[in-house]
Amino acid sequence: MADLKLTNVSKRYSNNVEVMRDINLDIKQGEFIVFVGPSGCGKSTLLRMISGLEDISGGTLEIDGEVVNDIPPALRGIAMVFQSYALYPHMTVYDNMAFSLRIAKLDQETIDHYVRKAADMLQLTEYLDRLPKALSGGQRQRVAIGRAIVRKPKVFLFDEPLSNLDAALRVATRMEIANLKESMPDSTMIYVTHDQVEAMTLADRIVLLSAGNIEQVGTPLELYSLPRNVFVAQFIGSPAMNILPATIYACGETTKVNVAGQTNITLPIKTDAGEKNKTAQFGIRPEDLQVSENGDYVISGNIEFVESLGESTLLYIKADGCSDLVTCKLQGILKFKKGDDVKLSASPEKMHLFDANGMNYREV
Amino acid sequence: MMAVSSSRSSLMWVVHITVFILVVMWTVPTAGLFISSIRDKDQLSVSGWWTALSVSEQRLVARSEHPDKQVFSSDGRYEIRGNILEHQDSSITKFGSSSLRPDEFDVGVVAQLKGGKTLQVLENGDYIYSSPEQWKGKRGKRIFYTANIPPRFTLDNYREVLTSEGLAKSFINSLAVTIPATIIPILMAAFAAYALAWMKFPGRALIIAAVVGLLVVPLQMSLIPLLKTYNLIGEFFGVGSKGYIGIWLAHTGFGLPLAIYLLRNYIAGLPGEIIESARVDGANDFEIFSKIILPLSFPALASFAIFQFLWVWNDLLIAMVFLGNNEEQLVLTGRLRELLGSRGGNWEILTASAFVTIIIPLCVFFGLQRYLVRGLLSGSVK
Amino acid sequence: MEQLVSALLIMIIGVLACAAYFYASNWLLDVLFPSKNKPADIVAKNIHITNTVRPWLFIGPALIALTFYLIYPVIESIRLSFLGRAGEEFVGFDNYAWLFSSDTFYQSFKNNMLWLIVVPTASTFFGLIIATMTDKIWWGNIAKSLIFMPMAISFIGASVIWKFIYDFRSGDDAQIGLLNAIVVFFGGEPQAWITVPFWNNLFLMIILIWIQTGFAMVILSAALRGIPSETIEAAVLDGANSIQIFFKIMVPQIWGTIAVVWTTITILVLKVFDIVLAMTNGQWGTQVLANEMFDWMFRGGGDFGRGAVVAIVIMVLVIPIMVWNIKDVNKEMEGR
Ligand SMILES: Nc1ncnc2c1ncn2[C@@H]1O[C@H](COP(=O)(O)OP(=O)(O)OP(=O)(O)O)[C@@H](O)[C@H]1O
Ligand SMILES: [Mg+2]
Repeated sequence: MADLKLTNVSKRYSNNVEVMRDINLDIKQGEFIVFVGPSGCGKSTLLRMISGLEDISGGTLEIDGEVVNDIPPALRGIAMVFQSYALYPHMTVYDNMAFSLRIAKLDQETIDHYVRKAADMLQLTEYLDRLPKALSGGQRQRVAIGRAIVRKPKVFLFDEPLSNLDAALRVATRMEIANLKESMPDSTMIYVTHDQVEAMTLADRIVLLSAGNIEQVGTPLELYSLPRNVFVAQFIGSPAMNILPATIYACGETTKVNVAGQTNITLPIKTDAGEKNKTAQFGIRPEDLQVSENGDYVISGNIEFVESLGESTLLYIKADGCSDLVTCKLQGILKFKKGDDVKLSASPEKMHLFDANGMNYREV
Repeated sequence: MMAVSSSRSSLMWVVHITVFILVVMWTVPTAGLFISSIRDKDQLSVSGWWTALSVSEQRLVARSEHPDKQVFSSDGRYEIRGNILEHQDSSITKFGSSSLRPDEFDVGVVAQLKGGKTLQVLENGDYIYSSPEQWKGKRGKRIFYTANIPPRFTLDNYREVLTSEGLAKSFINSLAVTIPATIIPILMAAFAAYALAWMKFPGRALIIAAVVGLLVVPLQMSLIPLLKTYNLIGEFFGVGSKGYIGIWLAHTGFGLPLAIYLLRNYIAGLPGEIIESARVDGANDFEIFSKIILPLSFPALASFAIFQFLWVWNDLLIAMVFLGNNEEQLVLTGRLRELLGSRGGNWEILTASAFVTIIIPLCVFFGLQRYLVRGLLSGSVK
Repeated sequence: MEQLVSALLIMIIGVLACAAYFYASNWLLDVLFPSKNKPADIVAKNIHITNTVRPWLFIGPALIALTFYLIYPVIESIRLSFLGRAGEEFVGFDNYAWLFSSDTFYQSFKNNMLWLIVVPTASTFFGLIIATMTDKIWWGNIAKSLIFMPMAISFIGASVIWKFIYDFRSGDDAQIGLLNAIVVFFGGEPQAWITVPFWNNLFLMIILIWIQTGFAMVILSAALRGIPSETIEAAVLDGANSIQIFFKIMVPQIWGTIAVVWTTITILVLKVFDIVLAMTNGQWGTQVLANEMFDWMFRGGGDFGRGAVVAIVIMVLVIPIMVWNIKDVNKEMEGR
């Protein structure tokens, strides 16, 4: 039902620190957008600016083509689900869900209809007369969602809605949210999290923020396979991508680099001649490394320690020429031990090359 | 918490006994007041309240029946008969006929008095006063006696103070002053506290600092200027300067700093997401306040209500200055002070009056102690 | 009965009038500047207006009351202190000059200082002792409740209670005041305690101590319970005895609370008035500032100038506490 458009949006708090700068973002109707980023990067701030709970210091926010900078939250057609659920503790589940409708002065019948429909959808019907304190965390979360649904908002906003739940419940509720989205294909949803699994599984598009800037916007797989810069590359994926020092020694349709002073590699990446002899950053994901079978390798070193997780084994390798340990993730249970020497190889398509400023040489 | 050993258990005894003594020291004064207030006023004035349960020996004086009632007995004497005891539960041990020797004769003895008169008083108070000549005079003769009087409890003192001393009227006045003077500041302070905690407006920090500063301003400062202003206002409208509205507002003004301070601390501590959630749901600040904040602040409101109630009920100064001392408007504390001046020696009046003034606060105190303690703690513990 | 009905009526009217103000003013604001079913730019403007006005509707009555009842009087008192009896002619510093040459002022000031030293200290001390001990016994809550009880009693009521205890009968009559009865029991000579110079001050202070100890106890008891028990257990393992634990481990951890209790009682003491008025009315060398001020205000025709000067002395005495409080709260606010 609603397109969102942010143009040069910025945020400055009273202490004059600019916490958001020049945010430009287009969100189409029916999209599921996830904001991710490290703590303090401004995810909540951006979401709250969209909701109207926080003033917009600069730029414009449009919903359905109308500038809503000065419109109060209730009239923007949005609903918000908070991390702490923010249920009204003195009201029953029913009253919690009916609150906004009563404020809007709808008649009793309509209110009842909407509330019961939402309760039905979220399997809350039998709890309607309870107070929030008599509900489990997951149920409270569903009430919070129900409270949002009854208003039939154009845009749903979620601020870390699952982070107060335990791991198992989090997975279950995540799926419920995915189902909810499916049942309401026209509503736009914006979801803040710092959990990248949630981001990867729920999002149509991810907006990755860092220190008040948008680092990259794209589908989960785009961010995974074609990160715009080292920050994105390291933020998405776990364990994080290895970044090794490298020097470019030949440019053209393909690029030849020396990785950590150990090996020379040819990458299927086009570079300009001017890049020759520049230092660069070579990236490779732990899961893309294998133990070399034919003697070709990207990096070699000495195993510092081994973590066996059952389905996979993590090796942490001290390699010459690298200050950080190189992480390697291998499938299955493997019999490596501390002190072993290993040589690791990878396929060239999976390799990434960033310039000294961290930007990807591949076209994004 | 700590291991129990024998030396510790003897220490515990010391603690038990010390606390017991302290508790006795703290409760005895009030207990004494209460016991005295229900004692017979004659007993109260001659023996300590701690003897209230024991039989007391009192020297009393009574008059015989009027000479009209004399009868001419068969042995040729004029006799007056009757009973000198008011209460039949006492017993007489000694008697006499002159104030110089009130305990001259043992009970039951036929005392030979001058002029051939005889007086006999029995233990139960029956007496026979006989004389060879006809009794004359307008009043009965005085009989002095010593009696053992058993403990006697009565509500007469209360009856007296509530009616003839006007305490009942003052009680209602106190209520009429206290209840609005409790509710109005709470209402004002709750709105102000919400604004100071959750609304944005220029000067907010300044107002908060001012409220904290005003917390300690001695209200003596205010009396003279306010009294002058009240008189002016009274003159201007051609009404008396002393009335309920004036004192309600005075108590409101003086109670507000603490009320705003306590309530703001509490309301600022409510989770912000709930308030934002209500805002997203479309509530404006007035609706947020009345539908969310008020119900959630109940504990804080209750604590302050108890404070303010006790403070207003127990106040003497403001009532004296702003309500006047006339019979119609006197509140309980003022009345008690008045009695302290006019009936200083009549302990039966004072004790009963004092107990009437403290009974409501004590009920409030014991009934709602939990809230009172919570309020105290939120105000003082950092 | 009639009186009860009229009292009830006037109470209801008073409270409703206050509630009606808040309801009506907010309703009016929403009607004048509606934010529903209007074009977006008007809504934005109206919202802006209501958001600017509404805080003042909320805080307005409180602000007016505070200004009228506390701020304006402070300023006016300062002005009055330079004026004469009736508050009309300017007399410069005459009132201050009078103050510092007045014997009764010195006496009141001295007595007030005595109150300031004795009452907060004794109340805090007893409160701390009782809080510590009652926490250790099973009937501690009952004990606390009983010791806390005088808090609910008015100063004037307490004065009657204690006047009864200090009561004195001359001659051979049996003493009905508890204190004299005890003195007589131990073979002493009964006294009219509240007329004995100097010591009578202490007898009056006992009343306030009796009232305030419960307050100190409740707060200190909460603070004591807030002490992490690990620190005490560690001290036990280190071999400290109960007394050492109390003074070296527990007391230092609740210094902040002790200070708060102490200052709260100090402020109360400065305003103490009812007790002196009821017990001695300042006779026999028991005058204090608050009662002296009241004397100047209302007795002997009243001298507002002199009364105001005495009030200012009380105010000056609380200013340090006021400054300290404001600093404290500002520090707290910065943390938000
Ligand atoms: N009221 C405020 N005044 C000043 N700075 C603020 C205020 N609120 C937030 N900030 C700053 O704005 C930045 C962004 O905060 P925000 O809450 O949006 O982070 P976030 O991405 O949601 O982090 P998290 O994952 O921890 O929730 C932070 O650096 C924070 O310190
Ligand atoms: Mg956040």
